[in-house]
Amino acid sequence: MQMIRCPWCGPREEVEFHYGGQAHVPYPAEPAALSDEEWAHYVFFRDNTRGAFAERWSHSAGCRRWFNALRDTVSYRFLAVYRPGDPRPVLDQTPTAGASS
Amino acid sequence: MSAPFRTASGGRVERSVPVSFTFGGTSYEGLRGDTLASALLAHGVHQVTTSIKLGRPRGVGAAWAEDPSSLVQVEEPFPDPMQLATTTEVFDGLVAHGVPGQGRLADIGDSARYDSRHLHVDLLVVGAGPAGVQAALTAARSGARVALVDEQSEPGGSLLGTTDLVDGRPALEWVGDAAAELAAAPEVVHLQRTTVFGVYDDGFALAVERRTDHLGGAAPREVSRQRVWRIRARRTVVATGAHERPVVFTDNDRPGTMLAGSARTFLHRYGVLAGTRAVVLTTNDSAYRAAVELADAGVEVAAVVDTRPQVPAHWAAECAGRGIEVRSGSAVVGTRGTDRVTHARVAARDGGAVDDVACDLLLVSGGWNPAVHLYSQARGKLAFDTSLGAFLPTGRLDDLLVAGAAAGAQELATCLRQGGAASATALVELGLDVVPVPVPSTPAAPPVTAPDLVWTVPDVDGDTSRQFVDLQRDATVADVQRALGAGLRSPEHVKRYTTIGTAHDQGKTSGVVTSGIIAELLGGGPDDVGTTTFRPPYTPVAFATLAGRDRGQLFDPVRTTALHDWHVRAGAVWEDVGQWKRPRYYPLAGEDVETAVLRECAAARTGVGILDGSTLGKIDVQGPDAGELLDRLYTNLMSSLAVGKVRYGVMCGADGMVIDDGTVLRVAEDRFLVMTTTGGAAKVLDWMEEWHQTEWPELGVHLASVTEQWSAFPVVGPRSRDVIQAVFGPSGVDAANEAFGFMTWQDTVLDGAPVRLARISFSGELAWEVHVSSWHAVAVWERLVEAGRPYGITPYGTETMHVLRAEKGYPIIGQDTDGTVTPQDLGMAWVVSKKKPDFVGKRSFARADNLREDRKQLVGLLPVDRTTVLPEGSQVVELAESGELPPPPVPMLGHVTSSYRSAHLERPFALALVKGGRARAGQLVHVPVKGRLVAVEVTGPVLVDPEGARRDG
Repeated sequence: MQMIRCPWCGPREEVEFHYGGQAHVPYPAEPAALSDEEWAHYVFFRDNTRGAFAERWSHSAGCRRWFNALRDTVSYRFLAVYRPGDPRPVLDQTPTAGASS
Repeated sequence: MSAPFRTASGGRVERSVPVSFTFGGTSYEGLRGDTLASALLAHGVHQVTTSIKLGRPRGVGAAWAEDPSSLVQVEEPFPDPMQLATTTEVFDGLVAHGVPGQGRLADIGDSARYDSRHLHVDLLVVGAGPAGVQAALTAARSGARVALVDEQSEPGGSLLGTTDLVDGRPALEWVGDAAAELAAAPEVVHLQRTTVFGVYDDGFALAVERRTDHLGGAAPREVSRQRVWRIRARRTVVATGAHERPVVFTDNDRPGTMLAGSARTFLHRYGVLAGTRAVVLTTNDSAYRAAVELADAGVEVAAVVDTRPQVPAHWAAECAGRGIEVRSGSAVVGTRGTDRVTHARVAARDGGAVDDVACDLLLVSGGWNPAVHLYSQARGKLAFDTSLGAFLPTGRLDDLLVAGAAAGAQELATCLRQGGAASATALVELGLDVVPVPVPSTPAAPPVTAPDLVWTVPDVDGDTSRQFVDLQRDATVADVQRALGAGLRSPEHVKRYTTIGTAHDQGKTSGVVTSGIIAELLGGGPDDVGTTTFRPPYTPVAFATLAGRDRGQLFDPVRTTALHDWHVRAGAVWEDVGQWKRPRYYPLAGEDVETAVLRECAAARTGVGILDGSTLGKIDVQGPDAGELLDRLYTNLMSSLAVGKVRYGVMCGADGMVIDDGTVLRVAEDRFLVMTTTGGAAKVLDWMEEWHQTEWPELGVHLASVTEQWSAFPVVGPRSRDVIQAVFGPSGVDAANEAFGFMTWQDTVLDGAPVRLARISFSGELAWEVHVSSWHAVAVWERLVEAGRPYGITPYGTETMHVLRAEKGYPIIGQDTDGTVTPQDLGMAWVVSKKKPDFVGKRSFARADNLREDRKQLVGLLPVDRTTVLPEGSQVVELAESGELPPPPVPMLGHVTSSYRSAHLERPFALALVKGGRARAGQLVHVPVKGRLVAVEVTGPVLVDPEGARRDG
């Protein structure tokens, strides 16, 4: 069970959080202008990244606020957390399995 | 009964405290400090049970948790299946017997308590052997927060089974002083009888403490029997020692055969001689200690059989001094005996005659496997060290270090040094000032001769079917051969094919041996094969322990409404709706569910009924942009709703599928009360918060659940106006249609309690929802019931609520829908705004798949026989033109989602999702019910009052 660093509350137990899928997939500005295929990509398609992946988390049993995280999908480790609206952080180094958060 | 194999003195058992126990129907006396295994061995009892598949006698193979064979069932003080004789401490009144593989769970409730605690430390030290104790001392003196956790009844680890000296005195005195120092240190938690059974992410470890098991019936009831420790450690030092490894040979399972080091433990720790005449088979130096020490204690050691051509000179001399024969370059090729070994069959490794050497104890050492389980669970990598003949950790992990025998250390001095060093390394990383603890002195160890690597000793006739690899599973070398013959190569596959390593011990003695055998058979090294994955738990943990306090009423919260006690008094039959307890119906004397529901339905359609609808989700939406947020999330327009009005709304996912529905009250310009389904309350709040926080943080909106704060009672039926007028008329409410229109609300006050009345109907009848603070719920409910008495007001439950709404074709989201249903499928295109440029889900309505004519649509079904209540979930099928069912697979048109008997229609009816259902109105389709086809007529979903004439009374 991981210790996840909520950007508002600090480190808390994993059971307090909910996963919210890939981050930085904004709701399209004009859905009506999209083709069926484009709309389907928004609704149904997400990346399946090996390595650093930007994803959304909710501190649902804590402050109930959403945030974004960079997580290594190989080691599961959190590499960075940041608030919605903040840009995706640039990592100093490529993630390695077993790296501490 | 005297214990003939108990030594005259020595050991850690308390010789002045005898305990009586029963094993296999016979009474025995043991000593406090004994395990069941040591106490039985003290009486010369070696056979514990028979094996699971072959029924072969099985005994004590080791002295602790690695024993693959001594499974017992504890009967008293409480039935406990699949315990090991080697880890069960004896106490007065213990009753147990051996079991072949499987035990028996208690068929009565366990009255013992189980609980859990959290612990946060700088350093977790697992194992209180020499390395662990030195690690803990170093950390304690450095001021760190430390947890020292060890699974035995007292600290010392391997030192408990030796005569080692530390600082020139018995090692256990050094351990005792260390334990006393740790006990006095303010930041140290020292737990014995506590097994760290799992290591997880970020320094999280789980341990189970056996707090009263060793006390048996004398355990204080107020103390939990076992406790789960949830430990979060910044660093962990794994000092879990090593397990001795057997050598596989023919008939290696006879009772009296055990690991050599375990015989030392039985001697030194428990004061028990495991036999009278011993043969020792070894591939390494360590077993010589067992031979020498047992000989010194009075056991006749017939021979040390060393597989190596060159035996260690030091130990050869020690043996010679005691008259112990050493046979080099030899091995045990088999045993003789029935329920106990009588002879070891010894032969030179390069062939020749077999010599049957008489013995009642056969000690075996094939080397040592470092206990790398926790390191491996934490995803540490292993590599096979050929010189040691063992899989070793390849290093450390970020927050976990391995020290001592678990890291491959052979000598006591190395263990002590590594323990202190690992601790110091961790403390420095944590920024603590290390106070070094001098490594205590130990006597010089004799020179070590390189060990031999022997996994199996070939059978003289080539028969591998009695060469046991996993004694608990009765799995042999022949089984491994069969697995490889079937084309399996990975140890993971061989494990599953042979079941080796799947028993209670999870392959502690058999796992690495299997890898070695696979490598040998395939012609490679163990490194090419590797090991199976080590997974928690390290040793079995009872479900009751993991459940802790979370059982019975505390398993899951039970939510009750403010009126719960009233419902109890009214004789309600309950329905669990999520965590809520809701009255399902209120039977009168002699009524069954059907009669009661028909009566309740009739009351609501002809008189007046009252329902406790307090479990409906309620969300207070406030802020200048409250209407805008709702416009984006509901399919219809909410911002245009006037204050004082109510509107029904549907919410969809981005995929256009319905996720919830309910009514929305506009309380003020900047405030709405959103009602959700009972089950959707939390989900809808989450949904709103997610969109607000992640997509539209610029909207000025605040959201709060007020489900618990507001009780809500629909008062339903043609006479509801009379009741409302009678109760609230004195407060100034005019319940006439002209003054109080449908889908409007008004606030009033009753005896000082604020009340909100809303003309909302989930039944099609004239109805009011009465909202009141839950503090005043009982009083207001009782006023309504009292006022309704002249009209026969009838409390009704969820079953009647369902029938009434289904008669009107109102869907229950999650029952009549399943996440693939759009508002249009439900026949509710009217609730989808055409004016709004966008809302969540809108774009999906235009997807080709959602425009198909043959989508499943909500329809009504009327069984033609007017008697059959279609089971919910039944399939809907269509007959071919021949009047017969089409050949299988019969195409499914859809399924029945709701089905009831209608008092109003005087016949059963159902709602169903049927392909192209609306176009089928008037057609006959069929529903298979218990082997026959029931003809049903497809109708629109609204079966009662399709004109809506009843809602105004």
